[in-house]
Amino acid sequence: MLKIENLKAEINGKAILKGLNIEVKAGEVHAIMGPNGAGKSTLANVIAGKEEYEVTGGSIELNNEDISELAPEERAHNGVFLSFQYPVEIPGVSVTNFIKTAINETRKAKGLEDMPAKDMLKMIREKSELLEIDRKFLSRSLNEGFSGGEKKRNEIFQMAMLEPKLAILDETDSGLDIDALRIVANGVNKLKSKDNAVIVITHYQRLLDYIVPDFVHVLHDGKIVKTGDASLALELEAKGYDWIKQELV
Amino acid sequence: MSKYTEEQLEEELKTQEYKYGFYTDIESDTFPVGLNEDVVRAISKKKNEPQWMTDWRLEAFRIWEKMEEPEWANVHYEKPKFQDIAYYSAPKKKPKLNSLDEVDPELLDTFKRLGISLDEQKKLANVAVDIVMDSVSVATTFKKTLGEKGIIFMPISEAIQEHPELVRKYLGTVVPTTDNFYAALNSAVFSDGSFCYIPKGVKCPMELSTYFRINEGGTGQFERTLVVADKGSYVSYLEGCTAPSRDENQLHAAVVELIAMDDAEIKYSTVQNWYPGNKEGKGGVYNFVTKRGLCENNAKISWTQVETGSAVTWKYPSCVLKGNNSVGEFYSIAVTNNHQQADTGTKMIHLGKNTRSTIISKGISAGKSQNSYRGLVQINSRAENARNFSQCDSLLMGNECGAHTFPYIETKNKSAQIEHEATTSKIGEDQLFYCNQRGIDTEKAIALIVNGFSKEVLNKLPMEFAVEAQKLLEISLEGSVG
Ligand SMILES: Nc1ncnc2c1ncn2[C@@H]1O[C@H](COP(=O)(O)OP(=O)(O)OP(=O)(O)O)[C@@H](O)[C@H]1O
Ligand SMILES: [Mg+2]
Repeated sequence: MLKIENLKAEINGKAILKGLNIEVKAGEVHAIMGPNGAGKSTLANVIAGKEEYEVTGGSIELNNEDISELAPEERAHNGVFLSFQYPVEIPGVSVTNFIKTAINETRKAKGLEDMPAKDMLKMIREKSELLEIDRKFLSRSLNEGFSGGEKKRNEIFQMAMLEPKLAILDETDSGLDIDALRIVANGVNKLKSKDNAVIVITHYQRLLDYIVPDFVHVLHDGKIVKTGDASLALELEAKGYDWIKQELV
Repeated sequence: MSKYTEEQLEEELKTQEYKYGFYTDIESDTFPVGLNEDVVRAISKKKNEPQWMTDWRLEAFRIWEKMEEPEWANVHYEKPKFQDIAYYSAPKKKPKLNSLDEVDPELLDTFKRLGISLDEQKKLANVAVDIVMDSVSVATTFKKTLGEKGIIFMPISEAIQEHPELVRKYLGTVVPTTDNFYAALNSAVFSDGSFCYIPKGVKCPMELSTYFRINEGGTGQFERTLVVADKGSYVSYLEGCTAPSRDENQLHAAVVELIAMDDAEIKYSTVQNWYPGNKEGKGGVYNFVTKRGLCENNAKISWTQVETGSAVTWKYPSCVLKGNNSVGEFYSIAVTNNHQQADTGTKMIHLGKNTRSTIISKGISAGKSQNSYRGLVQINSRAENARNFSQCDSLLMGNECGAHTFPYIETKNKSAQIEHEATTSKIGEDQLFYCNQRGIDTEKAIALIVNGFSKEVLNKLPMEFAVEAQKLLEISLEGSVG
């Protein structure tokens, strides 16, 4: 699904990713952990194609196709989805209108007609039930005045609607209360299949109790410095990152 | 000036013809350029107007001659040369076209991009609504249905013939000829426009609409619109325009007067899309408009406008809240791109008791454009318990454009409650990336964000008009980033 080799990226001349490798196969769940400022969100943004970041080396392949030259919307059309650490507000644009536009623009890119309103409505109903989202919520302006947790839940709602191949969840758990965490994690699990893959970026083991990863990676100073199974997350929770940093020296 | 008989006029016109190379070609008949009393008389005569009308125009002309062109708006442009404009241009007698193939392709393209249905394109191209092509109304529809309710809706030139008593009674009562430079000019030379009268207690069953379009290179447009809603009546009036590209600056100085008598309501919606000039700022229409409505007791006037066109726009639809409990509303979206300049806003003049006004202004600037909101809220001494709420939001795209807000508040009554809110925001890279990440390209993302920003105003437009206006916003901001 996703294959990243020796990826180097910088922003404003400052190197952030310094030769990063990761491979994610269809059907897998990967967790990426690592200290603040390590470059986790940068990696997510670079995969999604944010233009402020300059890729100075390496490659990003999605389903054996190099996507590093594609515009962000084209990557999205190819099935990349990013649940933002800090979702932005778009005043006056309702959640429904936004997601409708997103779906139809993606369909247009694939040469398909707009999704019939009836189907759209059905899908909205299903997915909002899955994530226990109040319908009134969908008429509100996107993320405007949403609580931290509401924003995150709305991200996963969009993911559910867009049915991506590769979903990257950047700290989706931060800001969620205990019940919301369970609901959102269940939602993600229900959407998982053998044909798609999920990368969860998190600081806490807690989320991984629900979304059980096949692999856990530690990102430090722009590189993946350690990879293990789910138990690595428990170890990190217990011991912090210092021992890994020391191993590196 | 001494008495001036028809024969004398004709005589003089003949000599003028010679002098100026007066011509009437087959395509359109256009007066020679320049303005003087004879031209004013000639316009009046051409339209077969009664003497009172001719006199009214002449008086306006004499006032105009003594006036100075205003300088105070926050816009900069090369002043039109008033003696280089032809003041009258009748439309080509438009043949009924057999198919859309015969229509000006540029106009069709605009229609298409606006998402106007094929049927409607046909109607628009060969007239089903009261279309003002150049200066004279080419046709009027709905007349019969409206006639049954006693509603009068016709070109003002016809109204002068058929309902002189009504026109004479109300024309210039809201915007006097002395009001301002452009209003005086319009009064002297207005070529056509619309007249609408809704009788007592009648709710007009349909949206009344006109499509304005500038057609002849070099002809100024001087539309005159007069809407009179008698006691307890209601009317929703739509005015829209599309124009094909022009290379020459064109002056447009319209006057719109609305009169809402006791308990009447007028909704006046405008979508304005005149040629804004090219990317370098060359060409484009100068739009200097005077729009004002008068509210009697318990009456209500709402101005809703979407302004995307013109090189220079100078426009302040206003309400004079004369009657007690009367209500004035102004909802505006003004988009400027490239080198466009807009100085728009409103005036709410509170005279009566318990009068209320609402102002919602959304300015969107892109490119190197300048967008100013200028609003006056005036509470007079007798206006007990007047209330106003104003909200002016500006959205900037890029670093080279400007947004300016000039709210003026004059209060002579202590009981007044006035609230003013203003915000300025920018379309952020983060917002665009967020949309891109969801599969929405930047062009579409901007349209989405702009529509969201403008929503409160778009919602005030009649349904079909709102859809058209949304598309127009998209088109006018095309290529504004990247
Ligand atoms: N626009 C920018 N200009 C300069 N430095 C930046 C910019 N954006 C990010 N950085 C820096 O890049 C580094 C990596 O940031 P990133 O957001 O990827 O970290 P992170 O691993 O996601 O951290 P956190 O766990 O706090 O979310 C940080 O040192 C950050 O300050
Ligand atoms: Mg981060």
